[in-house]
Amino acid sequence: MKELQNLRQSAYRIRRYALRMGEVQGQGYIGQALGYADVLAVAYRHALRLRPSEPQWEGRDRFLLSHGHYAIAFYAALIEAGVIPESELDTYGSDDSRLPMSGMATYTPGMEISGGSLGQGLPIAVGMALGLRRKENPAFVYNSMSDGELDEGSTWEAAMAAAHHGLSNLVCLVDINNQQADGPSGKVLGFEPLADKWAAFGWHVQRVDGNDLAAVLEAFDAARALREARPRVILFDTLMGKGVPFLEQREKNHFIRVDPPEWQEAIRILDESQQTEGVPA
Amino acid sequence: MNTAVAEKKPRLTTSAMIASIAAEGQRVKAAPFGKALVELAATRPDIVGMTADLAKYTDLHLFAQAYPERFFQMGMAEQLLMGAAGGLAKEGLVPFATTYAVFGTRRAYDFIHQVIAEENLNVKMCCALPGLTTGYGPSHQATEDIAMMRGIPGLTIVDPCDALDIEQAVPQIAAHQGPVYMRLLRGNVPLVLDEYDYRFELGKAKLLRDGADVLVISSGFLTMRALEVARDLAADKVDVAVLHCPTIKPLDEAAIVEAVRYRHRLVVVAENHSIVGGLGEAVASTLLRHRVQPAGFQLAGLPDAFLDAGALPTLHERYGISREALGARIKRWLD
Repeated sequence: MKELQNLRQSAYRIRRYALRMGEVQGQGYIGQALGYADVLAVAYRHALRLRPSEPQWEGRDRFLLSHGHYAIAFYAALIEAGVIPESELDTYGSDDSRLPMSGMATYTPGMEISGGSLGQGLPIAVGMALGLRRKENPAFVYNSMSDGELDEGSTWEAAMAAAHHGLSNLVCLVDINNQQADGPSGKVLGFEPLADKWAAFGWHVQRVDGNDLAAVLEAFDAARALREARPRVILFDTLMGKGVPFLEQREKNHFIRVDPPEWQEAIRILDESQQTEGVPA
Repeated sequence: MNTAVAEKKPRLTTSAMIASIAAEGQRVKAAPFGKALVELAATRPDIVGMTADLAKYTDLHLFAQAYPERFFQMGMAEQLLMGAAGGLAKEGLVPFATTYAVFGTRRAYDFIHQVIAEENLNVKMCCALPGLTTGYGPSHQATEDIAMMRGIPGLTIVDPCDALDIEQAVPQIAAHQGPVYMRLLRGNVPLVLDEYDYRFELGKAKLLRDGADVLVISSGFLTMRALEVARDLAADKVDVAVLHCPTIKPLDEAAIVEAVRYRHRLVVVAENHSIVGGLGEAVASTLLRHRVQPAGFQLAGLPDAFLDAGALPTLHERYGISREALGARIKRWLD
């Protein structure tokens, strides 16, 4: 229970960092960041083996941000994990910043790949997992992707290959918030029944509520503990804007519009809800 | 067409997908790429091989047989091939990824651009059937691959002439830090350059023969053609120099400028590639920027068109890159 309380605080701080970055830039994929904060909290405060002061440590678990536009959420997680300093948050999306709007490996410590051209993370993850196995390095590769990337053929090329090569060191995380650029993902290009699809491709599949910290924690642990020689996928159903009710209820959109005074309002509401939960900030 | 003439010529068949570009009786070496890679890998445990269901057709099957634990079959999935090659390179391995040039470039372009080149990863893409080396039509003829690949920052591009070029290029592209795209000749590959006191040096153009009347600047197997044409034209008292440019990018601009300046009345760039975006345009740009103006300048590449299917000798003749057709073009340009 203590760990869940700590993770709740982590998720709260990740949301708060993301909102502060959104305020700096006046925009950002904040809906996704708030929705995915719980998954990132468990990844960076529980599941991943890493050394914050040594982002390139050979023994680290690799976390690939295939959906580069989630950078705002990912930077918040890196701040929470101690990989980049909180003070750097004010540079988000600014000239010469290490924190560009779309995540790039060449800019940011702890950013493993340059994502953003969607559907590339999983193919890269397959190569890294093969490479780690060849080096007899026991680290895991976590490929994080959005549900929109299920449209990309390369995702399924990689899904076939991961199963074919029995990549038990590969975990794919899919954020299902059901929002793409042109509307609900299911309407843009239907992807259900999703768990069945991955299972048919030869993967170990879990589908959980991505905003239920206990369920997320359990899924990460189960994926890692599995003793089968096959890749694992965790499908996370998440709520865009989670934690800030007026953003949760805003007309659903890939890119949620937030007006200038609303950033402070969102942070205030987030802080209040954290206090009412009785968890010290 | 005169029917009497047409009846005299035998109608050739397209034959195998990979028809040899070697002339009958020409000296060849079998599988120079595969053999060179197997040899190099004996001392380079970081080298791994990958393919998209074309190991046998890129001579990579030799590597797969020699080092099965270092060979990764990616299936007929070129985006995966290039993406996963990037992943292996990120883990410190040096992948040699093979497929056909059409699929490697046209289908997987964004993966090469974003995954491999943007991070300057150590991936060596070796792609067969460059330009017009198959009669299977545009689906298999990579006539614009150099144009596409030249657009990618930091990518080294190699277009070898023969078996010697290939076997010497393999260790050098492996030693080079960064991504390389090499056009691959496979199977029985002509052996030509051993007669010219020549060594492949990555990034260097080499003057194979000098001559006062024409300078042919060439890459790939068009260098072999240029050397043949030079011999043929010598009988007509036309003196042809040949500058072989196996590295298309970065281009050896100094050697090109040096070879052209003050010396030749006609410069011809000969390449197994579309005249759009290939070596020809790269040389033209180099000469203009260096204020070097040859008396004449012509492109002996493939036309900006979707090429026909058919037998290779027919197509090489039709598009002006056979020995006879190239010689005739140069003579015409001289008149």
